[in-house]
Amino acid sequence: MARNIPSSFRDGGTTRRRFLAAAGGAGMALIVRPSQATPAAMTLAIRRVVGEAEVKPGKVKLALPPLVENGNTVAMSVSVDSPMTPTDYVKAIHVFTEKNPQPNIISVQLGPRAGRAEIATRIRLADTQQVVAICELSDGSFWSDRRDVIITLGACLEDLI
Amino acid sequence: MARTLINVPRKAKRGEVIAIKTLISHIMETGFRYGSVGVRIPRDIIDTFVCTYNGEEIFRATLYPAIAANPFITFHTVATESGTIAFRWTGDKGFSATASANITVE
Repeated sequence: MARNIPSSFRDGGTTRRRFLAAAGGAGMALIVRPSQATPAAMTLAIRRVVGEAEVKPGKVKLALPPLVENGNTVAMSVSVDSPMTPTDYVKAIHVFTEKNPQPNIISVQLGPRAGRAEIATRIRLADTQQVVAICELSDGSFWSDRRDVIITLGACLEDLI
Repeated sequence: MARTLINVPRKAKRGEVIAIKTLISHIMETGFRYGSVGVRIPRDIIDTFVCTYNGEEIFRATLYPAIAANPFITFHTVATESGTIAFRWTGDKGFSATASANITVE
């Protein structure tokens, strides 16, 4: 099983299967690397959403279990402390990860009609990492919350059996 | 047609905040996995979910491959008037599914 191999080997290494697949297309890149987002990629993805605005900690509450057995389905909920009136409401909620193949998890557009700024879904997490939730309020300010999650069995990068 | 499961209260008081739960069957193939011959399996996900209340959009979500298979989404809205709450999921390979629920507001 791929998961018993330390990830440092798995990420950069070449399994026999991938090597044969790559060698089949002679002249092509020899190593097929699984893509992985980095904290830098996450920062970039966050910048793309918030622009130059400052992201302050607070107001948002990201709920995730601290220890996850199976990264394929992780229950996640995000709630924002907001009165949700036509003048003061949550415009959007975004969730990002550090080490999934892509830094984005979900982006949600809300309005004053939501009544309560709270969403829940189930996500995939590839590795032990930090998850960041960011909300945008109607006044244009951004707030964030972070959670560290330990994953026993990662999602996304597992080979099919 | 993908199977959907919607949970909307049948009745609500005017101005009450109601919870809406939605579930749809979909594999949400990430596009980052390799098949048995080492070939990458193409991405096949739902990327957009929209909820409308009597035709007006009240909730929109952009989903990424990091959403687990069979996307389950819970959110809230204010019960303003009797009518229909409609849901639409769209995604890769021309995927599209709809569902709706009626609500009576007193």
